[in-house]
Amino acid sequence: MANAEMFHVRTEEAPLLPAPVSTTGAIGWMRQNLFSSIGNTILTVIGIFIAYSMIMPIIQFAFIDAVWTGEDRTACLAAEPGEKVGACWAYVGAYMKQFIYGRYPYEELYRVNIVYGLFALLLIPLAMPSVPAKGLNAFLFLVMFPIAAYYLLTGLEFGSFVVFPIVETAVWGGLLVTLVIAVTGIVASLPLGVALALGRRSQMPIIKLVSIIFIEFWRGVPLITVLFMASVMLPLFLPEGVNFDKLLRVLIGVTLFSAAYMAEVVRGGLQAIPKGQYEGAMALGLRFWPMMYLIILPQALKLVIPGIVNTFIGLFKDTTLVLIVGMFDLLGQIKSSFSDSTWATPSQGPTGYLFAGVVFFLFCFGMSRYSIFMEKKLHTGHKR
Amino acid sequence: MSKKFLPLVLGAAMGVAATSASAATLDDVKAKGFVQCGVSQGLPGFSNPDSQGNWTGLDVDVCRAMAAAIFDDVNAVKFTPLSAKERFTALQSGEIDVLSRNTTWTMTRDTSLGLNFAGVNYYDGQGFMVRKDLGVTSALELSGASVCTNTGTTTELNVADYFRANNMPYEIVAFEKADEVVAAYDAGRCDVYTTDASGLYAQRLKLTNPGDHMVLPEIISKEPLGPVVRQGDDQWFNLVKWTLNAMINAEELGVTSANVDDMKGSDNPSVKRLLGTEGAYGENIGLTNDWAARIIKHVGNYGESFDANVGPDTPLGIARGVNALWSKGGVLYAPPVR
Amino acid sequence: MSDTADAPPRASLLNDPKVRGLFYQVLLVAFLVAGGWFIVSNTAANLERQNISSGFDFLKNTAGFGISQTPIEYSETSSYGRAIVIGFLNTLLVAVFGIFFATIIGFVVGISRLSTNWVISKLAYWYVEIVRNVPLLLQILFWYLLLIESTPSPRKSVELGAGAVLNNRGFFLPKPIWGDVAVYSLAALIIGIIATFVIRSWARKRQELTGQQFPVGLTALGAIIGFPLLVFLITGLPVQFEYPVLKGFNYVGGQRLIPEFLALLFALSIYTAAFIAEIVRAGIQAVSHGQTEAAHALGLRNSPTLRLVVIPQAMRVMIPPMTSQYLNLTKNSSLAVAIAFPDLVANGQIVMNQSGRAIEIVGIWMVVYLSLSLGTSAFMNWYNKRMALVER
Repeated sequence: MANAEMFHVRTEEAPLLPAPVSTTGAIGWMRQNLFSSIGNTILTVIGIFIAYSMIMPIIQFAFIDAVWTGEDRTACLAAEPGEKVGACWAYVGAYMKQFIYGRYPYEELYRVNIVYGLFALLLIPLAMPSVPAKGLNAFLFLVMFPIAAYYLLTGLEFGSFVVFPIVETAVWGGLLVTLVIAVTGIVASLPLGVALALGRRSQMPIIKLVSIIFIEFWRGVPLITVLFMASVMLPLFLPEGVNFDKLLRVLIGVTLFSAAYMAEVVRGGLQAIPKGQYEGAMALGLRFWPMMYLIILPQALKLVIPGIVNTFIGLFKDTTLVLIVGMFDLLGQIKSSFSDSTWATPSQGPTGYLFAGVVFFLFCFGMSRYSIFMEKKLHTGHKR
Repeated sequence: MSKKFLPLVLGAAMGVAATSASAATLDDVKAKGFVQCGVSQGLPGFSNPDSQGNWTGLDVDVCRAMAAAIFDDVNAVKFTPLSAKERFTALQSGEIDVLSRNTTWTMTRDTSLGLNFAGVNYYDGQGFMVRKDLGVTSALELSGASVCTNTGTTTELNVADYFRANNMPYEIVAFEKADEVVAAYDAGRCDVYTTDASGLYAQRLKLTNPGDHMVLPEIISKEPLGPVVRQGDDQWFNLVKWTLNAMINAEELGVTSANVDDMKGSDNPSVKRLLGTEGAYGENIGLTNDWAARIIKHVGNYGESFDANVGPDTPLGIARGVNALWSKGGVLYAPPVR
Repeated sequence: MSDTADAPPRASLLNDPKVRGLFYQVLLVAFLVAGGWFIVSNTAANLERQNISSGFDFLKNTAGFGISQTPIEYSETSSYGRAIVIGFLNTLLVAVFGIFFATIIGFVVGISRLSTNWVISKLAYWYVEIVRNVPLLLQILFWYLLLIESTPSPRKSVELGAGAVLNNRGFFLPKPIWGDVAVYSLAALIIGIIATFVIRSWARKRQELTGQQFPVGLTALGAIIGFPLLVFLITGLPVQFEYPVLKGFNYVGGQRLIPEFLALLFALSIYTAAFIAEIVRAGIQAVSHGQTEAAHALGLRNSPTLRLVVIPQAMRVMIPPMTSQYLNLTKNSSLAVAIAFPDLVANGQIVMNQSGRAIEIVGIWMVVYLSLSLGTSAFMNWYNKRMALVER
């Protein structure tokens, strides 16, 4: 009865259909992540609204209404009352040199540039885990570079024979001061922080007590009071006639302050080293310092690289506080440029702050990305 | 270990190489080749840096005049910007050689801080600036106003005294730096901005619309501003004092930067003594006899400096008023060179 | 070290860790004493040379300057000491409000970062990244500038309704003036709070014994809000409002929040909230998913799961870093000095300028902030121990 033609027997596999449009591609992604439920949809709309109402004014100010070229304030003033004038980038352009170098003599700027160049040249390979010769690199960066940078920036004169004319720190400013304070602060506080961390874990009661008091004291007070102390009180602590450079006073304050934070970071690393490492080292007959130097610290310091970078980010941001004690870091230099009447316009302040904000963000965000990268890398290395 | 401490040690070396407050400032200055001059952190007309970092102003001219007198070079001077709070410490500690930073000469400062005021280069007084559209014409109408001012100065105390003496309530908003005060006043945080009248004219330039603001007629204090040196070095004190006097005397005698070379041939004995063609007055303060001629040639006399920096033709537009020569109705009166 | 003569032979003495330890410690103490003596003697010599007197008696002297925000009574004739106390109170005020707002914003943002909604979680992510990576001082300056520039002058104030007014002199609110009988409502509130605690512990015991639950939440609502409100109504609404009115240059009367306070509070809350958000996120992520699944398997619904299982465990991870953020906020409030908010540091600085007592003022600052820090740490250690006991 049955007609063979009435049956359909599939002899080959049906082709795979693509997943429904509603679950793949942009639409599927949106359904899943943005509009999965009514509540979610409302959230999405609110979120987009918030993002729009925050980003638009910034774009409007920084790009659409912005003034890019000009000789003085007239370029950035409203032509007629009520006209909106955005960021005055012409002013930032005119002051760019000061923002980067402060009032460093123009004919000597190449010295600062060499320092910037050396810094980048040594730091980048040091920061990349895959580049070999870390020991030499670290030696160059932590020991040779500070010496070179010191003579390049402050000057080098043998009697009447002048290699680099002396440039006082009073004329340093802008990004230069920000970097000098942050980098010196972190490099100088590292050994101090290691010593304090070891002291805090020491068996010797007095050393332990002194370390704890030191650490808790500096961590308990705001940096601004430390800076006041460094700039106002330090001169009183020294014998008559001995007088520290103002930048150096600030550097001392910043170093002591960040050493306390560094100590806590390093302590975290020391605590993460299993006891077996200490015992193993001692079983090999190593004394305290060789044990620390050869076994414990290399492991502990490697572990705390992200912590050190985070401390550095904090310090980098905190360098702005030196403007309160009358020094010109990047933010201080920008604020001081507000007093120049050639560029005084209502948009000068917001423009300057926006510029400072972007610069700081780029530095800090970059470093925090690096810290996360290192954290992931170290994490896999220590998975057991 | 020691390797890691190297940056610290180096840093220490950097600072200790700095200064010591020794007695013979002039010798130190001659040895290092420049005058270290403490100035403000930016006050148009008095001491203000431009975008190239060049300093100009009435207070700056005092330092430049000293450089001219000592080195015959107005650029042999380095400027240290100082806040109101730091200025005296910087001078006491020897960080600077002379402080020329619109500093009021008061008895306390002259007698108890180990300082000497070398004269007055601007007679000032504390005043008030308001917006024109408030319709205020006298400071006595300011009852209930918000007042912006600087901390760490006498202005903060003067304004408190003034409002209290006149039984007027007020709100004080006191900032650390002049720029912050100006920014807050400009943004409308305060009705009144009070500081030295010269400062009001100078700061008015930084406002968005300087024409919308006016300085009230009341002056509530005496503020003679002048250069300051450390006590205990009379030679240096005399040098600063007479640098200023030379500029004032030059204006009185009609010696200007344009005619100073011609005036050297003048028959007027006063001019001769001033320009060093007669007598040895310069040697008495440790300089060459043409010291005043150098000052006038490079910097100009007091009147020229005033006109170039704060006078009616500058953006500040301050009239000579009380700062005119004694012979022209002001109070500027320099002792004679003889 | 005179007793070395009685000790065992030299070689072993040098290697004896106890002796070496003692030696190092004595060395450190000697170094510290020498350093301390160096500093003290120099300071004394410098002070004498510069003719600066020292001591704290200057705190009694007349201040002579005005202060813009005074929680307690103050006039120009008050003393330096009182000006510093006012600064301290202002610091506390901004810290307490800052902690409150930072916690709320931080929790919202932290939970948003874990949202499955892409827009919300990205928004929260960029909020955290931008705010964390820009210096706080810059943010304070920026918000202050924005606040005073974007608000109108007093004569063109924005009326926000209910008597609230916003202008560039601050935010003015009607100020409640409580009548005498309002004291009864306050008493009712205190009774309500005590009653709630009693009921809660009773309900717990009963639940442990019998398994029966008691609606503690509702009872608490009634006792803490309803009861005082009822007393308030019965006593005849003993409250009047003082409204801010434009008089001369400024608004007078009412409760005023000065722009400096608002800008500082805003910046501190926003900044600290970014850090708290990260702590909240990490805290919630630290509770393993198995916990939620197990709770669901036990038949708990979403809300009790969160309340009884996830949050108590997350809190234990979150509270120590959270406290250090609260401390940071308090310490960061010292940046007030940049925008003329009269906090402890700003007022101290004015006193320092007027009286020249640098050492004393810096000393006061350090003692105050240190006590705050150490007090909080002590409390946290106690709290941590308590939490650890609950953990079993």
